[in-house]
This record gives sequence, C-alpha cells and structure tokens, in this order.
Amino acid sequence: MIDYIWIAVALPLLGALGLLLFGKRIGEPGSGYVATLLAATSFVIGSVAAVDFFAGGYAGEQVHLFTWIPGLGVEAEFLWDPLSALMTMVVTGVGSLIHLYSIGYMHGDERYSQFFSYMNLFLASMLILVLGANFAVLFVGWELVGLSSYLLISFWFEKPSAAAAGKKAFIVNRIGDFGFLIALMLIFATFGSLGFEQVFENAADLLAEGGTTVTAITLLLLVGAAGKSAQLPLYVWLPDAMEGPTPVSALIHAATMVTAGVYMVARTAVLFELAPFSAGVVATVGALTAIYAATIAIGQRDIKRVLAYSTISQLGYMFLGVGVAAYTAGIFHLMTHAFFKALLFLGAGSVIHAMANEQNMDKMGGLRRLMPKTFATMAIAWVAISGIPPFAGFWSKDEILAITFGKGGYFIALWFVGLITAGLTAYYMSRLMFRTFWGEPRWDEGVKPHESPATMTVPLIALAVLSAVGGLINTPWRLALEHFLEPSFELVPLTHPPEGATPWILAVISVAVGLLGIAYAYRRLLVGEAPAEEGRLWDALENGYYVDDLYGKSLVLPGKKASEQLAFTADAKGIDGAVNGVGVAVKKAAEWSKPLQTGLVRNYGVAIMGGAVGILIIILVRGGGF
Amino acid sequence: MTVTATWYMVLAAVLFVIGGGGLLLRRNALVMFMCIELMLNSVNLTFVAAGRALGNLDGQLSTLFVMVVAAAEVTVGLAIIVTVFRKRATASVDKLAEMKG
Repeated sequence: MIDYIWIAVALPLLGALGLLLFGKRIGEPGSGYVATLLAATSFVIGSVAAVDFFAGGYAGEQVHLFTWIPGLGVEAEFLWDPLSALMTMVVTGVGSLIHLYSIGYMHGDERYSQFFSYMNLFLASMLILVLGANFAVLFVGWELVGLSSYLLISFWFEKPSAAAAGKKAFIVNRIGDFGFLIALMLIFATFGSLGFEQVFENAADLLAEGGTTVTAITLLLLVGAAGKSAQLPLYVWLPDAMEGPTPVSALIHAATMVTAGVYMVARTAVLFELAPFSAGVVATVGALTAIYAATIAIGQRDIKRVLAYSTISQLGYMFLGVGVAAYTAGIFHLMTHAFFKALLFLGAGSVIHAMANEQNMDKMGGLRRLMPKTFATMAIAWVAISGIPPFAGFWSKDEILAITFGKGGYFIALWFVGLITAGLTAYYMSRLMFRTFWGEPRWDEGVKPHESPATMTVPLIALAVLSAVGGLINTPWRLALEHFLEPSFELVPLTHPPEGATPWILAVISVAVGLLGIAYAYRRLLVGEAPAEEGRLWDALENGYYVDDLYGKSLVLPGKKASEQLAFTADAKGIDGAVNGVGVAVKKAAEWSKPLQTGLVRNYGVAIMGGAVGILIIILVRGGGF
Repeated sequence: MTVTATWYMVLAAVLFVIGGGGLLLRRNALVMFMCIELMLNSVNLTFVAAGRALGNLDGQLSTLFVMVVAAAEVTVGLAIIVTVFRKRATASVDKLAEMKG
C-alpha cells in the first residue's frame, strides 16, 4: 500500500502556503531551511514508496484521493508506477539539492521567504503533474508548473526585462496548452474518459492504427509538449527565462519542468505507437531542435544563455528518443540531463555570484584556481554533456543515437543530425569552460572572485557525483533502469539498440566526434590569441538567428495592431460610443424639454386644467367610458 | 318652478370655474389657497346633490372624505405659506420660481 504518497505532494504545498503567510516572521535563513527540509522529506517518502519497484515485475497501483467531477467520471487519482516514481525521485532529489543551494544563493534578497514559497509550490505542482493518474490531474499540474515558472522567472519583477520574460514564457506556453487542451477534448470524446488506464487499454480497440483521430490527438499533444519543453517553434521563451534567479533556471528551466513534455509523450506512448506519423514528427522536431539550438549556443556570450540553448538542444535529444519509441532511453537521458544540467546551471550561478552578478563570459576568464570546487564539479558536467565515457551523458545519449540508427531508412538522417549535434555540444561546452575558467582574467575592475559558501558547493558536489556515475544504472551490460521502467511500458513494444557490433562502432564514432569538438575548441580558444568572434554570422548566432524579431514582426506586431484596433476603435468608438450615445441622447432631450419647467405654479395649473378639460372633451365626444 | 339637481350642478360648475380662474390668475399664495378650497367645496356640492338625487348615501360619504383631506391639506399648506413668508417676506408665487428649468 502506498496510499501515503499524497503526503509527498502535500508537504511542499503546505510549505508554499506557510512560507507565503508566515515567511517574513521565519525570516532568513530559516524559511530556506524549512523549504529544503520539506523537499527532502518528499524525496525520502518518494524513495521509500519506490522500494517495491526495485524487485521488478510490480506494475504499481492507483491512489484514489477524492471524486473530482462526478458528472464526467473524473477522479482525483494518483498513479504510482515506475515511471512516476522515477520522475518523483528526480524532481524531489534534484529539487532538494537546488533548494539547499538557494539558501546561499538568495542570501540577502528582499523577498527571500517568498522565493522559497514559490519553489515549494513548483515542487508540489510538478509532483501533481507526474503523479496524475488521468489527463485532468496531469493538466492541473501542467498549468500549475506554468504558473510557478511565471512567478519565478519574473521574481525580480523590478527589472522590466524579467517581467517581460515571465509574460513571454506564460503566453508561449499558453499556445502549447491550447493544443494540449484540444487533444484532451478529443480523447474524452473518443474514450469517454480521461483516465490513463481506460484510455490506454482501449486505445487499440477504439482507434485505427495510423487513423486520423489518433494522429490528430498525438500531434496536438506534441504541440503542448513543444510549448512546455521548448521545442521548435515554441522554444523562444526558454532563453528569456534566464532572467529568473539561477537556481530557478537550474530546477525549472533545465532539470524538471521543461522535461514535462518528454514525460507526457512517454506516458502517452500507447497513442504514439498507434500514430507512426506523429512519432516520426516528434523525432524530427527533436533532431532539428537539437542541432538548431546547438548552433545558437555556439554564439552566445551570456553564460546562462549558452546553457539555456544547450537545454533546448538536449531536450531535442529526448524528443528524438521518445519519437523513435526509445522511451526508456528518452527518460534515461531526461534523468542524466537533470543531473548534469542542474550542475552546470548551479556552477554558472556560483560563478555569477562570485563575479558580482556578471553573466557575460567576455568579462570572465582564469577562474580555475580561485573557484576550485566550482571548477572541478563543472568540469565533470562538461565531460558528461560532451558524451565522454564513463560519465552520465554518454550512456543516455548514445543509447538514443544507437536506437535511432537502428530504425534505419529516414532515421539514419536523424542519427546523423544527432551526431553533428554531439560535436557542436562538445564544442560550445568547451568554449564555455575555456572562456570562464581558463585564459587571462578579463574581469571588470573591483570584482574579486571567491569560492561560494558550503550551502552552495555541497549540492554541486552531490550533483557532480550523480553526473559522474548516474549513467552506470543503464549500461548495455546491465539495463537496470530499463527493467525498472518496464512495467510502465507494458502496452508498447520497446525499441532496443541493434545487435552485434553496430552500437559499439556508433559509440566510438560519437565519442570521437565529441573529442573532436573539445579539441577544436582547445585549438581555437586556448592556443594563441582567441578569435574575436565578430561579424554578421556571429551577430546572427548571438541573436538566435533573429527569430525573436521575426516572431515580433510577424505575430506580435499584428496582434498588437489588432488589439489596438479593438481597443481604440471597436471598443472606444463602437461599444463605448453606444453607451455614451444613450447618455448624450437623454441629455439632449432634457435640454430641449427644459423650458417646459417654468417654475411658475400658474403654468402648471393651466396644464393640469387643460389636461382635465381635454379628457372631459374626449369622454363627451366618444360617448362616455373608455 | 322646482329646484332640481341640475341647478345645484350649474352652481357647482360656476363655483368651480371661479375657483379655477382665481387659481390661475391670482399670485398671492393665500388667495390661491382659498380658490382651491372653493373648487373642493364645489365638488362637495355636486356629491351631495347627486347623492340626494339618486337617493343613496355615497355622495354624503364622499363629501366627508373630501372635507377631511381638505382639512389636512390646509394645515400643511398654511404652514408652508407661513414659513415661506417668514423667509422671503412675500407671498407671491411668481417670486418663488426656483424650480425653473
């Protein structure tokens, strides 16, 4: 019995509420410790509840909380299966470490306790998302994480850019949610239920393979997933989301929330299995996003924006994975990425903290000796994301690439795209490391870099350990994670890497490409004078190919124009005009009839008498009675 | 020559017209007030005459009601006139045209 799993959700929810109400009284750093403790307790509860799955074969169960919408048969239910258990552990585990880190990072902030309240709210929302046993509960979590993301991106709302970034994230996510919501309606119309169990078990009977309905449902689900997971063409909000505090970028915009789309596609694997076309679209979108964002990451100067585009690129890998039905590999990459990308962000935060809030890599350099712990831990993440064995990123990324290659045909092109992306990833991460930690100091005057306090370095070390060894839970020799997750994917056939020597040759190729990327970055940036990286191509890269401008001109501006028309023409002149017109008409009528009121009793008397006489005449003429 | 109800009706009409004319033509509030009383009493006359002619008591009953209302009206009206006179030192209604639009 794992009925108590709801406590794991309730604790951070309680923390969010409590810190919002009494946070000021608890103060700093007390509220930070309260929030961290609650997050850690959730992690412990999740881990204890997950113990049953390690033996294997146990498919989990549903936890009924209460009947939510009796008319539609929608229950508030949690599903505790290996997939949600793994997500719960990643979310609360990485979440706890980032909470701990925030205690130091947010030191001295005006709204210290409010920050932790929002962080706890995010944790609770994300747990609702991953634990929901039907699409309705999933959607509630989906919207709540959007809300907490908005609150945290615009946490420093005094900065206009932060407020704008929060709005942008919220609005772009809305576009995705719109698609998701229509998908849910289609599902309800088809199955008469939103429960995962009912939908997935009846899917094969009610939906024709490759049929229009299932293709429409899955493509709309993809729209939702692309919004939340920052895939083409809805990725634009994620780079701007870096306006939020760095722990937020690490937790929400790298490790957990943005992976919700991947989780959702993996969860609805049964439907994507019935719609091969949609699955191909998922894989293609993933591969294109991966290489597209990687090229932009090369040209960024802001350390956090490099990582933001890197996140988009890595999410592309995950989409490629779930698109080629490598669900466990996709989730595996989700997990390892959570470790090393959270670590990279927290390391970047530590650097930014040390450089007195400087984020431009042009003004860093030579920090290796001054920040040994930050440097050492980030270096592990660097080799992990570059795909160098035996670190975490290698195992998950290569499993995805090998499976993609194994599908053959068109997918070999996607594999090639993924391979090139691996090289680009190694290059831009090396560039980030070399420009930050090596070379001559290019600091502004008065900046005195120093190592961060223990609350910040302890999470770094913990995540570094996970980034180093986390990949070993699912190696070709011992597919522990796959066996763990298998019960969640009972209804779908899992794709495996090709047999024989092929995966080994592919692995050697991708490691070689990764090393090539690092070597090229070394030659270009550390041997001799580093090039200036100026010119039109670099400008285009730094500005993300001007996609923001394009969206601004093609979508935002017409929208603004249209709303201005509505506001200042249709509303001001049309609707307000009608309302004001009634008033004006009454006023005019009053002006015109005003002289009737002379104020002289005599005139009124004449009117009364005249009226009486008039009525009398009418009665006499008509012969009495009315 | 017998005095029929018609005679009373004609007298009442004459009184009513005198009262109405006075009300419209005079401007002293007190005189206008008396004209209203005259009009009311001319109506009373028609009630009584008609009651007598038709042989029932409804006419007399109505007269009693009118008298009660008239008495009440007189108290209120006189009070207003006295107050206005104290404030304005005039009883001319033409001077009291504040409600002119």
